[in-house]
Amino acid sequence: MSLDDLYREVILDHYRHPRRRGALEHPDAHADGQNPLCGDEIAIDLAFDGDRIADVRIRGRGCSISQASASMMAEAITGKTIADAKDLMHRFKAMMDIEPGEAGLDAARPGAALGDLEALQGVRRFPVRIKCADLPWATLAQALEGHPPA
Amino acid sequence: MTDLSHLRADFPLLQREMNGRPLVYLDSAATTQKPLAVLEAMDRFYRRHNANVHRGAYALAQEATELYEGARAKVAAFVHAASAREIVFTRGTTSAINTVAFGWGLYHLRPGDRILLTTMEHHANVVPWQLVCRHTGAELIYLPFTADYQIDLEALPGLLDERVKVVGLSGMSNVLGTMPPVTAVAAAARAVGALTVVDAAQMTPHSPTDVQALGADFLAFGAHKMLGPTGIGALWGRLELLESMEPAEGGGEMIRDVGWNESTWADAPHRFEAGTPPIAEAVGFGAAVDYLSAVGMDEVHRHEAELTRYALERLGEVPGLTVYGPADVAQRGGAVSFTLADIHPHDLATILDQQGIAIRAGHHCAKPLHRLLGVPATARASFYVYNTREDVDALLPALAEARRLFGVS
Ligand SMILES: Cc1ncc(COP(=O)(O)O)c(C=O)c1O
Repeated sequence: MSLDDLYREVILDHYRHPRRRGALEHPDAHADGQNPLCGDEIAIDLAFDGDRIADVRIRGRGCSISQASASMMAEAITGKTIADAKDLMHRFKAMMDIEPGEAGLDAARPGAALGDLEALQGVRRFPVRIKCADLPWATLAQALEGHPPA
Repeated sequence: MTDLSHLRADFPLLQREMNGRPLVYLDSAATTQKPLAVLEAMDRFYRRHNANVHRGAYALAQEATELYEGARAKVAAFVHAASAREIVFTRGTTSAINTVAFGWGLYHLRPGDRILLTTMEHHANVVPWQLVCRHTGAELIYLPFTADYQIDLEALPGLLDERVKVVGLSGMSNVLGTMPPVTAVAAAARAVGALTVVDAAQMTPHSPTDVQALGADFLAFGAHKMLGPTGIGALWGRLELLESMEPAEGGGEMIRDVGWNESTWADAPHRFEAGTPPIAEAVGFGAAVDYLSAVGMDEVHRHEAELTRYALERLGEVPGLTVYGPADVAQRGGAVSFTLADIHPHDLATILDQQGIAIRAGHHCAKPLHRLLGVPATARASFYVYNTREDVDALLPALAEARRLFGVS
C-alpha cells in the first residue's frame, strides 16, 4: 500500500476545496463531532424538505482524511432521502470495515455506488486513520437521530 | 558533539524495524524506551524478591520492602531531596499534581484566592486546579508568553500578588520546549506567600534537578519519560508541607490507626500511598535513575541541546515549515513542534510512519496553548539520550515526501 493510494488527488481536492462549507441559519438538525484524541472537529447543519435532505452545511478542522470525508459526504447526501442517506452511511461503514455488511461496490462501474467516497478505501490500510474518515459519518448519525420522526 | 550512540545497544526496542525501515523513534516526550538495566531489574524483582511491602514479617517481604524504599532513596538523591521522606511515589506526573491539588489546595484555598498558571501548561497542570477551584471558589489566572515563546516575566508582577496562593508551571513545555526560569518564578511566588508547584515531567528527565536550588515547594515527575516503567512517578515536597497535607486517597498502608468513624494518618510519604503500591515499577524507576546517573545528567542535557540545535538548523531548511518554540537552545529543551505548509500534522505523522519514523501529532494535551498558537494541532519530534544526528537527518527526506504527496511547492 503506497501513500499515493492514500493521498489520492480527489482527497486532496476535497481537503483544499471543501464542498458545502458554512452554516445554515435555521437548521432542522445539527450535530457537533469531535475526536478528543486528535482534536479533529466537524459540525453539520441539515435542512429537511419532507423526508428529503434539502441542504447540508459543514464546518470543521482537522486532517485531510476527516475533512475530505466530510466534504464528500456532504455532496453525497444532499438531495437524498433520509433513508437513502442512512443506507449510504451503512455502505460507507461497510466499505471501511467499521461495520459488517455489503458496501455495494461494483468493480465494473467504479464510482457508481459511493461516488468520490470510494477514494477513501485506501484509508482501510491505515487502521489508526479509519476513525478520521468515520468522524463526519458518526456526526451525521447523531444529526439524523430521530429523523424522520417515527 | 557528545557521542552517546553506544547507548543505543542498551535499548532492545530501538533495534526494531517499522514498516520495513529501521525504527527512528522521535517521541520520547510522550514516553521513552527502556534500557535492559530497567527491564532486568523489574524481571529480577518478580523472579526473586516479589512480596507485598510493609506487611510481611518474613524475610522475603523485608527484601521487597528494602527494594521499594531503596528506590525511593535513589529518586530522592536524583533530585537532591533533603531526605527520602520527601519523595511520595505516585502513579505518574498527573497523579503527583493531583496529590497536591487535593491534599493541599482543597483544604487551604477559599473564594477570592487565585492560582497562577502559565498558558503553556499540559492539561495535567490545568484540570486538577480547575476541579479544586470548583470545590473551593478559588479562581485560575494565567501568565502569558512572549513572541519568542518565553514566559512573560514583565507581566508577572501585575499578576502575582497576595491573592495568589499557588503558582503552577512546567519546567519544560512539552509542546514549545520552553524552559522557563523556575528559580526566579519560585522566588517571586515565595515573596507573596504563594507555593510553587513545578510540573517537571519534561524537566527532570533532561537536565540535572536540584530541588534545593530551585526554591520551589513541590515537584512532579514520572518514571516513564526518563527510561523507567509506566505506572509510577514521584511527588517531591518540602517535608513540613507534606506533613501538613491531607491524603487524597484512603485505604491500607496510609493509616496510623483506624476506627469505625475516624482514622489517623501515617507520616509522609506513606500517608499519600494508599493501597499496594507499584513495587516492581518503583524498582524499575530506581534502575532508571541509576542508568541516567551513570550517563550523567549534565551529559544528557548537553547531548540533547546539541541535537536540538542541529534539528532546528535542519528543519529550517525545509520550505514551508514553521517551528513553534524558542530559537535559542540555551532556553529550550528537545521537544520541537512544527507544522508544514497546509499539511495536517496527522497526515505528516502517517507519512513519516511509512518511513519508520515515529513522531507525535495532535494537541499534545495542551489544547488551550494550541488555541493561542492558532493551529488545531502540531507535529512534534522529541529527543532523548539514544537519539542521533542520523535520526534528525531521517526527517528530511520524509518531509520532502510529504511535500510531494500534498503537491506543496
Ligand atoms: C509537561 C507534562 N506534564 C504532565 C504530563 C503527564 O504525564 P503522565 O501522563 O505520565 O502523568 C506530561 C506527559 O504527557 C507532560 O509532558
